[in-house]
Amino acid sequence: MLEILSVWIAGGLTLCIFSFLYGDNPVYKFAEHLYVGFSAAYWLIYVWHFTIKQMVINPIAARDPGAWMLIIPLFFGFLMLSRWLPEKYSWISRWSIAFTVGIGAGLVTIGQIQGLLLPQLRATILPLATGKWTTNINNFIIIIGTTTTLTYFYFSRKDTGIMSRFSRIGIAFIMIALGAAFGYTVMARVSLLIGRMVFILGNWFHIVKPL
Amino acid sequence: MNGNKKNFWDLINSISREIIYTILGIVVIIPLLIGIKEEVQISPAVEAAYKTIESLDSTDVVIVSIDYDPSSMPELQPMLKAILRHTFENNIKVIMMAFLPLGLPVGTEGLEEVAREYEKVYGEDYINLGYRPGDRAVMIDMGKEIRNFFRTDVNDIPLDSYPMMRDIHNYNDIALIIGLEHGRVGEFWIQYVGSRYNQRIVLGVTGVMAAETYPYLQSGQIEGLIGGLKGAAEYETLIKKPGFGLTGMAAQSWAHIAIVMFIIIGNIGYFMTRRKQGRL
Repeated sequence: MLEILSVWIAGGLTLCIFSFLYGDNPVYKFAEHLYVGFSAAYWLIYVWHFTIKQMVINPIAARDPGAWMLIIPLFFGFLMLSRWLPEKYSWISRWSIAFTVGIGAGLVTIGQIQGLLLPQLRATILPLATGKWTTNINNFIIIIGTTTTLTYFYFSRKDTGIMSRFSRIGIAFIMIALGAAFGYTVMARVSLLIGRMVFILGNWFHIVKPL
Repeated sequence: MNGNKKNFWDLINSISREIIYTILGIVVIIPLLIGIKEEVQISPAVEAAYKTIESLDSTDVVIVSIDYDPSSMPELQPMLKAILRHTFENNIKVIMMAFLPLGLPVGTEGLEEVAREYEKVYGEDYINLGYRPGDRAVMIDMGKEIRNFFRTDVNDIPLDSYPMMRDIHNYNDIALIIGLEHGRVGEFWIQYVGSRYNQRIVLGVTGVMAAETYPYLQSGQIEGLIGGLKGAAEYETLIKKPGFGLTGMAAQSWAHIAIVMFIIIGNIGYFMTRRKQGRL
């Protein structure tokens, strides 16, 4: 019974959201606000159960070795709440923000260099005579595509002469990449529509095989 | 009066969006109602993902990271189920975890459903670690000890009380990470775990992300890539277990044809109108 009820609620809410295709209306607004509210509540429960309870309260209560160190992030976490205090005290929250920004900046720098820049750079150093002509052509396209696209984003010299020709080839590669991304995006959006249609026709009306 | 009279191409250019939505809706519904099945061509990226998992032993353990939420379910849930069917078929053990709070219930639903199909036992064949915030920090620290962030499983039971987890401590004990992604977490797996710990990674991503993820496949940073519903359908074909991916492919193809027709007709209409106005 509960399952039937949940399918009816989900199906009804799907139609409420679909009504936006005709135009903004109160039914759509109701579903939208319900979604935002439920998501926030769900998120709150998860933060309590998986973050605060499992990662802070349980280790401290069990007196795990090294659990005292949790006091430091807990302290910074509480400082964040000072944003709600009058301006005289709210600046204290910046310590926590500085802590987060510092960690984030360090992590991003390492990740981008070690995990993105160097491996991707290495992946463009390719042989052009491998003995297999299809591989040779692919490697050539990758090398030309990378260098000409980089030329397009080179702003320290006037875009004339040979630079201009290279950057125009780069634009062509960028356009192809955008076209591929757009094609995939269309596929993704249609997939979402199919998912909802199968839910409505299958799980709700039992006309097709349900999800 | 004649100046206000609209010709065919003017009408084409002023079609209301409601008509386009209706046509698209009909085009998607008809193949589902008729039950048209469509075969898919296997792409090298998906085949590589399949072969990577196929190459694992029954003693191996994989991490399946649920980094999507219900908004990407139609694309990534069929992928999850197909991958789990493949791993359980080959008796590979599965550790599931989530970096998105709303991803956990979605992943858990898929895991429990497939585990029931293969009569797998919780704690012996698979385990659900639950959700953790702080993706990058968690990933890096898991390279030292998984218990630093996951002392307990999703049900708050200590990991060491499960037989399959007793000898699993860090990435040295993990054969493969399978990330199912609709955001940037997949890149974090590559940048922080693949590069730092030389961990083998396979990604399943939404269609929106597929194009930008291909460079990681070309550079060898990931061993396979499953992109969108089409990728899920390909994987279902490879494991010979048709699911939602293959069911949706006919509707997908019909919708694509309709959209291509819209683009062609729209562009012809645009050029014809401009020619009529003498601007071409």
